[in-house]
Amino acid sequence: MANMQTKQAQSTDMQKTEAQTDAPMERTRSRRVFIPRTDIYERPDALVVVADMPGVDQNSVDVNVEKRVLTIAGRVESASSDQRRLSYAEYQTGDYERSFALSDEVDVSKIEASVSHGVLRIVLPKAAEAQPRRIAVTAG
Amino acid sequence: MARLTNRFTWDWSPFREILQLRDEMDRFFGNAPRRIDAEFPSVNVWLGPDDLVVTTEIPGVREEDLDISVQGDTLTLRGSRGADTLGENETYHRQERPSGSFVRTLLLPYQVDPDQTEARLEKGVLTLRLSRSQTEKPRHIPVKAQA
Repeated sequence: MANMQTKQAQSTDMQKTEAQTDAPMERTRSRRVFIPRTDIYERPDALVVVADMPGVDQNSVDVNVEKRVLTIAGRVESASSDQRRLSYAEYQTGDYERSFALSDEVDVSKIEASVSHGVLRIVLPKAAEAQPRRIAVTAG
Repeated sequence: MARLTNRFTWDWSPFREILQLRDEMDRFFGNAPRRIDAEFPSVNVWLGPDDLVVTTEIPGVREEDLDISVQGDTLTLRGSRGADTLGENETYHRQERPSGSFVRTLLLPYQVDPDQTEARLEKGVLTLRLSRSQTEKPRHIPVKAQA
């Protein structure tokens, strides 16, 4: 899977993208780590981050901002069964992790996050001074 | 989104074959987008003595947008998920999450009883438990010893 080594999840690929093993930091949990597929869009008042993290709920997700780096992390317990054996596998489960650098215009103290149906949604409001302001032009 | 019909055979490891095929495709096409194996959603199948469990990851798909049907030994999953509709002055910086509708048909290893099917959608993961049809269950034939 040579072309899956890029850090960014590829929109043309329906499979999950696993994080690189030569990541700068080692992880304490011996689990697979996937890069959640993410949409980011900008509203006049906020930046919205939407990430697919199936298997994650509000208790198993962490959203952190440190030194203007937004980090999202989710823990997924591995599926196992005593009575049944995995006989056909197309996908693997594991944790999620991804970081984004934020610009100065985000008001870090007002960030809100929610999870629904395995989708994490983070709203990062812009600081008041960064919001666009319409300047009324008067005839002189 | 991918729309395809899958038939898998249970006698050998389909996973290995798929991976081999994928490697060959990679070599052949280089870095071309691999639409060819874009099956959505991916499924895992857990096999038990009398039932089987199919799990699939479909984040963002709500219960009302999902249609599951079972007929004999064929399972069909249909669903859709919409993208956020952006208003004026709203722009995407990054758009990686697929949206639209999907259909996936799976051939199960045996006939299942549609009345004993359970579906659970939790945290974006669909879990389907399908019981083997009573008439299909293998029967043990006792062998009588000759006196």
